[in-house]
Amino acid sequence: MKRLIPLSVLALGVFYLVLALFPPAPKSEFDLAGFGRLPVLLNGRLKPMDTVARTTLLVLQGRQRVAVPGGRTLSPNEWLLDALFRPKEADSYQVFEVVHPDVLALFGLTTEDGAGGKRFSFLQLEPKLSELERQAALARQTEGPERNAFQRAVLTLREHVMLYDRLTVSLVRGDTPDFLGEITKFQDGLAAGVAALHAKEAKQPFDEAAANATFEAAARFTIMADNGYLLAIPPPTDDTTGTRWRNAGAALLEGIQSGTLDPGVIAYAGLARAWQQQGPTEFNTIVRLYRPALMGRFADRIAKTDAEARFNAVAPFYHGMILYVLAFLLAVFSWLKWPDALGRAAFWLVALGWVTTTAGIFTRIWIGGYAPVTNLYSSALFVGWVAVLLCLVLEWFFRNAIGLVAAGMIGFCTLLIAHYLSLAGDTLEMMQAVLDNNFWLWTHVVAVTIGYAATFLAGFLALIYVVMGVFTPWLARKPQAKDIAALAVASAPVSLVLAPVATAVAGTIASKSQTNGQMLVRMVYGIVCFATLFSFVGTVLGGIWADQSWGRFWGWDPKENGALIIVLWNALILHARWGGLVRQRGLMALALFGNIVTSWSWFGVNMLGVGLHSYGFTDAAFVGLLAFVASQLGLIALAVAPSVKWRSAAA
Amino acid sequence: MSKIWQSFVKFFVSLRLTVVLLALGIVLVFVATLAQTRLGVWGVHEKFFHTFIVLKEMGGVAVPVFPGGYFIGGLLLLNLIAAHLYRFRLTWKKCGIYVVHLGVILLLVGELLSGLWQEEFQMSIDTGATKYFSESYRLHELAIVDTTDPKFDEVTAIPEALLKRPGTLDTPGKLPFHVVVRGYWPNADLHGPAMSPGQIPGSTLATKDVGPSLSLTPLAPTSKDNERNLPAASIELTGPDGTLGTWLVSPLLMASQTFEYAGKTWSLALRVARDYQPFSLTLLKFSHELYLGTDTPKNYSSRVRLKSDDGAEDSEKLIYMNNPLRYRGLTFYQASFANNDQTTILQVVRNPSWTLPYVSCLLVAAGLMAQFGLSLVNFIGRRKAALAPTAAQT
Repeated sequence: MKRLIPLSVLALGVFYLVLALFPPAPKSEFDLAGFGRLPVLLNGRLKPMDTVARTTLLVLQGRQRVAVPGGRTLSPNEWLLDALFRPKEADSYQVFEVVHPDVLALFGLTTEDGAGGKRFSFLQLEPKLSELERQAALARQTEGPERNAFQRAVLTLREHVMLYDRLTVSLVRGDTPDFLGEITKFQDGLAAGVAALHAKEAKQPFDEAAANATFEAAARFTIMADNGYLLAIPPPTDDTTGTRWRNAGAALLEGIQSGTLDPGVIAYAGLARAWQQQGPTEFNTIVRLYRPALMGRFADRIAKTDAEARFNAVAPFYHGMILYVLAFLLAVFSWLKWPDALGRAAFWLVALGWVTTTAGIFTRIWIGGYAPVTNLYSSALFVGWVAVLLCLVLEWFFRNAIGLVAAGMIGFCTLLIAHYLSLAGDTLEMMQAVLDNNFWLWTHVVAVTIGYAATFLAGFLALIYVVMGVFTPWLARKPQAKDIAALAVASAPVSLVLAPVATAVAGTIASKSQTNGQMLVRMVYGIVCFATLFSFVGTVLGGIWADQSWGRFWGWDPKENGALIIVLWNALILHARWGGLVRQRGLMALALFGNIVTSWSWFGVNMLGVGLHSYGFTDAAFVGLLAFVASQLGLIALAVAPSVKWRSAAA
Repeated sequence: MSKIWQSFVKFFVSLRLTVVLLALGIVLVFVATLAQTRLGVWGVHEKFFHTFIVLKEMGGVAVPVFPGGYFIGGLLLLNLIAAHLYRFRLTWKKCGIYVVHLGVILLLVGELLSGLWQEEFQMSIDTGATKYFSESYRLHELAIVDTTDPKFDEVTAIPEALLKRPGTLDTPGKLPFHVVVRGYWPNADLHGPAMSPGQIPGSTLATKDVGPSLSLTPLAPTSKDNERNLPAASIELTGPDGTLGTWLVSPLLMASQTFEYAGKTWSLALRVARDYQPFSLTLLKFSHELYLGTDTPKNYSSRVRLKSDDGAEDSEKLIYMNNPLRYRGLTFYQASFANNDQTTILQVVRNPSWTLPYVSCLLVAAGLMAQFGLSLVNFIGRRKAALAPTAAQT
């Protein structure tokens, strides 16, 4: 019975992932998935409508679901369709998150007026938008870093309202009941209108009605062209670069020059009418017919946007998070009962979680065309990925579930951090000129991020050491004797870079009987060696990149300083150990402080708002960082507490 | 005596010293990072890194509060070298560690040298224009130019640092007059005639040209990244027959002030320090691309023509992000642009030790590889030995 546990857990995990690969489509007669796959150029990148819908909602309200009056829940694509084509409906959806009490007071709103106490509709905000505008103008007079929470909240909300406003004029004018009719009429009268306008300019007799109609239409389209947010209309066929995507307004204005309407504009106007009249047949037909027209010209890029829409629906990082939590629980239980069976089951779950995140990361690399780490969000994914991989290697050698507990913990935490970072908007960004260099992104950034991951892993192993040592007698125990031949079979192909880990392991195998505590010390030491190697090489490579791009090997930029501090700290741990200045618990205290050092370099530095590397941050992140630092300081205090307080020492 | 010597040696070779210095280094870097929001990157260089002692103003007195970058880095270097000399044993087991630390030594030396002799300038060129010199970001010079010959100018440039002390300057023999500094302000603003009490009337600072009609407000020197100091000086020129007059000079005065003396035409200006080069750059075209629908720059590039005075070089070069032009000890980087894409701004760096970090990176990486590779070989060997009897039993 016990023997079946690992296999059945593995089978269940695989089954769970297969289910996740085929997520249920939202119940709708409309081909929402087809609409979600339509390509849009936004922030310099061609992406599916689905991504636009999700990231816009995350930016506006911090979640993807929209609850609408009547208890119904909209999928992101349904919300986007309403915002684009039925703004009157969308105006009543509570999708603007406002939490600052003074901002709420500015609108005369209380938390009771909002969904979940914090989400409000455009209609609720509309009466006081001019006041918001005035406050935003005042806030802008203060320089960025010196703005207070209220000023930042005002500017953010104004930005969100603008974004929403621009969205609603991207494809059609929502204030017309029949935009398709308007533009067909416009096209029919275009020749006469243009002739009349020319005649008027030449001061000759002209058809005043035709001239006025064309002129008024052009004025309406100009507003769309100036404000439209989505560049969803493909480049004109004579654009040789194939990159000049436009919003509908710009395409309509170009139509005045050429005398014909762009088929893309007509297709979206048709979709708008079908959606407004809630006619699924017409909607689905247009989606089906419009796609081949795009495929003919942009097949390779549409393959990527399609994959991205699917990637969004599958949500691999979410499932990875769940697998890591389950693995963590199983691994902890394996210390209490059935170490072999539960440990192996946990191993399989961690491995599955890691494979899932690997697939997610590689899909992102393929879609974005950049190295795995380009921004804070992707660094969180990558830190987790590397740390879990190292844990799996440790577990392969030690077979004591310590690596699995650490893997579950770090894997879950980093994916959770990534989730919060994704609230800032699209996570696949284009890199600005100086950073747009895949060679250095692959070498410097990847090496530094591996350094972060390893330093964190050492810190988390130390955390296990301290918690288990203080509260349980587990550290002093020896794991159940295992056949050393099992380890022989487990001869993993160890690459050269993993050698430090192997070094740490060497002694373990020579002496079969080590306590859990002794094994943890070896693990931490090996991981710190590994961290030193990568953080040093990564930091120096960063210097060389800086020398290549602005002639300063070392500029004492805050992010560089952060990386340097990690290198110095790891070097300090190693030298303190070699010099015999610290023993087991001292090593663990130092490794725990490595968590603080790394979180400072990773997030704290960005909060300073200076330097070339900064990415921006939110207040909540600062509170989170402080809480983390406090927790680590608490653990360090435990680590250096007199050993009589340690249950493991008493045992 | 030998006991004292021994404890002295022990101190310098000890790992304890290494650990303490690393910890001090971490604190220094951390505090400097925080201070950067206030002081700017140049201020931090001067106050924390390129100094032996970090001073703090306490009630108007500068009190030493912490060892500076030179102190920590220097001791670390000493510690590193001493420890390795003292314990040096040529064995295979240790060779990786030696190479790693040699690389670290080179890195420290490289940073020290860069701090000492790296010079940074910028060069802005308009499309179609040719430049023979680059200009400093932060340093100024007093330029006295003999413009008599229309074919060339003869420039005598006096670095700003020499103006800091009032008195007669030692100028090279070519000038037919002496240069006397009557007053110097590291950062100052110029206005029309004096109105408020903080302003110094120009009539007390100058007798010639525009100076007497102006007034000067001394400002506190700044080290912030987005501000620069604009110095001012009151300069008297004296010939064998007495004074020629006194001039007020500042980079705020756009035009040079000219005068006639000894049958020659001279001009006088306190201007941004220049670095003349034995070659010229002509901007053929500056290009600037954005990602569509954004303000995010995708690429900048400058196509320039490089022509050396000796005629050895005359060719077109493309400078763009991450691809600088290196020529005769100078490196030109694409830094910025202005004037509606008509002007390119290049960063110009002279750093004779720029290759040191590359060498040290290679050394450290090779050393670590060797060290860990050796451990791996040992590990595999030991494991085989450990497993052999077990395998025999099964």
